[in-house]
Parts: sequence; C-alpha cells; structure tokens
Amino acid sequence: MTVTARDKGLVACRECARVWPVGHAQCGVCGNALRSRDTQSLQKVWAWWIAGIIAYIPANLYPMLTTRTLFHTSEDTIIAGALDLAAHGSFGIAAIILIASVVIPLGKFFAIAYLALAVRQGARWPPGRQYVLYEVVEYIGRWSMIDVFVVAILCSLVQLNVAASITPGIAALTFALSVIFTMLSAQSLDPRLIWDRIETQDTKDPA
Amino acid sequence: MKDAAPPELDTLIACPKCDALYRVGVVNKGDRARCERCHTRLFTRRRDAGLVIITTAFASAVLVIAALFLPFIEIRRLGFSNAATIVDAALAFYGGPLFGLSLAVIALIIALPLTRLVLTIYTLTPLVLDRKPWPGAKRAFRFSEAMRPWSMAEIFVVGCAVSLIKLTDLARVEIGPAFWMFVAVVVLMAVQNMVMCRWSVWKALDR
Repeated sequence: MTVTARDKGLVACRECARVWPVGHAQCGVCGNALRSRDTQSLQKVWAWWIAGIIAYIPANLYPMLTTRTLFHTSEDTIIAGALDLAAHGSFGIAAIILIASVVIPLGKFFAIAYLALAVRQGARWPPGRQYVLYEVVEYIGRWSMIDVFVVAILCSLVQLNVAASITPGIAALTFALSVIFTMLSAQSLDPRLIWDRIETQDTKDPA
Repeated sequence: MKDAAPPELDTLIACPKCDALYRVGVVNKGDRARCERCHTRLFTRRRDAGLVIITTAFASAVLVIAALFLPFIEIRRLGFSNAATIVDAALAFYGGPLFGLSLAVIALIIALPLTRLVLTIYTLTPLVLDRKPWPGAKRAFRFSEAMRPWSMAEIFVVGCAVSLIKLTDLARVEIGPAFWMFVAVVVLMAVQNMVMCRWSVWKALDR
C-alpha cells in the first residue's frame, strides 16, 4: 500500500512537493500555504459549481451574437448557431462548436458533481479512474473558452458598414462566466481526497 | 525568517496530486520520475532545460508583442474590407454592457501569457547563469505557476481557425501575419511546458 505524507505525520506542499512536519502553516521553500487536506474543498467546489450552472442557463437562452447583412438580421444562440452552420454544410465546425460549448460544459458539470459526491460517499469507480476523470476535467475545461474568443474575433472583424456586421450578445458574457466558474470549481477539488478513499477502503477490507 | 527543514525531510518528495511519499536519492541530469500511484510527473531533469525555457520564452515574448498590432485576419465583402488585430479582438466588447468581458479577454490572451513569459525569464535567468536568484523570484514563480490554467493563447489560436471557417461563406477571408506568429508562440509554449520541471526550479531557487 502506498505510504502518504499524512501517514508519516507530514504535510506536503502542493506547489514544490516538499514535506514538512504537521503544524507548519507555510512552506519554507516556496512560501505556499500548507494544508494536509483542504477540508473546505467540497464547499468551494459546490459553490462554484452552482454559480457555473446559474450562468450556463442564460448562456443558452440568449443570443451569442447578432449578424446583420444587407437584407437580413439574425440572432443566434449557441445551439441555433451550430445548427445553422450544419445546415450550410460545415459539419466539422458545427461539431467543434457543439462539443466545446455544449458537450464539454455539460459533461464537466456531471463529472465534477460525480467526483465531489464520490469523495464524500464513495463510488463504483476505483480512485484511479476517478483521478483520470479529474485530470481530463482539469485539462479540458479551459477549451470551452473557444466560443467566447470566436465571438470576440467575429465582432471585431465583421464591421463592414452596411455589407455585414456582427455584434456580441449577452450570452457571450454569461457563457464566459460559466466557463470561469466551472474552472474554479474543478480547481477547488483537492485531488488527494480522491485517493484517500482507497486508503479507507483498503483498511476496511483486509483481503 | 526561513525555518529550515530537518535534513532528513530534504530527501522526501510528496506527490502534489495524491500525497504519496517517496524518498529521492541523488538526482542526476536526465533522470525523471513519475508517481507510482497516479502517474503525475514528479520531476524531469533535462540537460539545458533552463536555457531552452529562457530562449523560447524570450522568443515568444517578442512574437506576442510584435503580433499585437499586426492584422491576424482580413475580410472583404461587397467592396468593404476590414482587418482585425489581436488588440481589436480583445476590445470587441469594449463600450456597452459587455465591457467586463473585454477586460477578461485581454487578460486571457495577452496580459497573462505575456506576464508568465516575463516572470519565467526573470526567475530562470540567474539560475541558468549560476547566480543567486533575483529578489522576489519565488513569489514571481509561484504567481506564474498559479496563472498557468488562465493563460489561453493556444485556445485563442484554435478560436481563430474556427472563425476563419465560419466567415468563409460571409466574406473573402485572408490570414494575416499575426496569426502565424501566434501559432509559433503556441508551439514554443508547448515546448516550454514539456521541458519545465517545477521541482527542479524550486530546488534551485532554494539554494
């Protein structure tokens, strides 16, 4: 069985990987605050998670951008915009937008909730696989920002007087907030809590 | 006011992700180690890592600054044309209710990547030259590491690519020099990330 820093009465620094006797509040090498486990981790995870969901709802209901061409004005929400692209034959791009703005955010909400519940109540997945999920969520979360950047680029670029113009909608803001909140939610989860589960399971089950 | 670790703690290293504790002997150039339990990279001692990081960071900083004011996409439609620089894209939401989003976009695609590059150069230059770290180097490096997930230059580049395709049926699109400069920056930053070993940097900063 793996020996952890906590087992040895030590507290590890998550920044520089050095260990100190329990009771040290600050790492002597890098100055980072030391905590054996972040006991408020789950509270912070859920707080940011709820904020993220709240911001994600208007992000889907309100238009992301308004496109004006000579005779035509259209307001596109995330999903309508992607479907429009697909209707024009750009299936690849429609898929990227749908994956980055719908599949990833929703998947992230489920994944974070699953991990946070698993830390408290245990789960069918072994910690190894839970940790892989955590890594994926941490890595992939930032990529949802693509859509916000696309809106920024389109709005700065397509200012062609009467020929065509694109202006941002309020959903761009709430979507960006939702991405930021869920990133903070994932970052608040102390991954060491995931691994602590096996320790307790192992000791309960002396097979 | 630095409290030194007892000497035997010096030889221990705790996985920052799962708290597993390891004893490290003498670490030579070229050695690398991963956590046995969660496979997180513990350290990678590459030859000349510092030099590679400084040169790529310097090159990226020059490229980012040069790219700021050059157009990255140009469009034409019905005789109207417009070219957008990265600064334009960042300021797309300027004025109006989405002003906050403008600030966030500036931070994510310009300010934070650039700050990280400058801080990296500041921290590592004296180490490569075998000098004492410059004042505040530890705080600089800690800040730079904390900002890592929020520095989104590479996501912006993918956003550019998506916008290009989105625009093709609206107007004629041409890629400007700044786009390719940003692509180069993304490659250079990926190299930096691969070569950078936090543990080694902290070890060197603590000397």
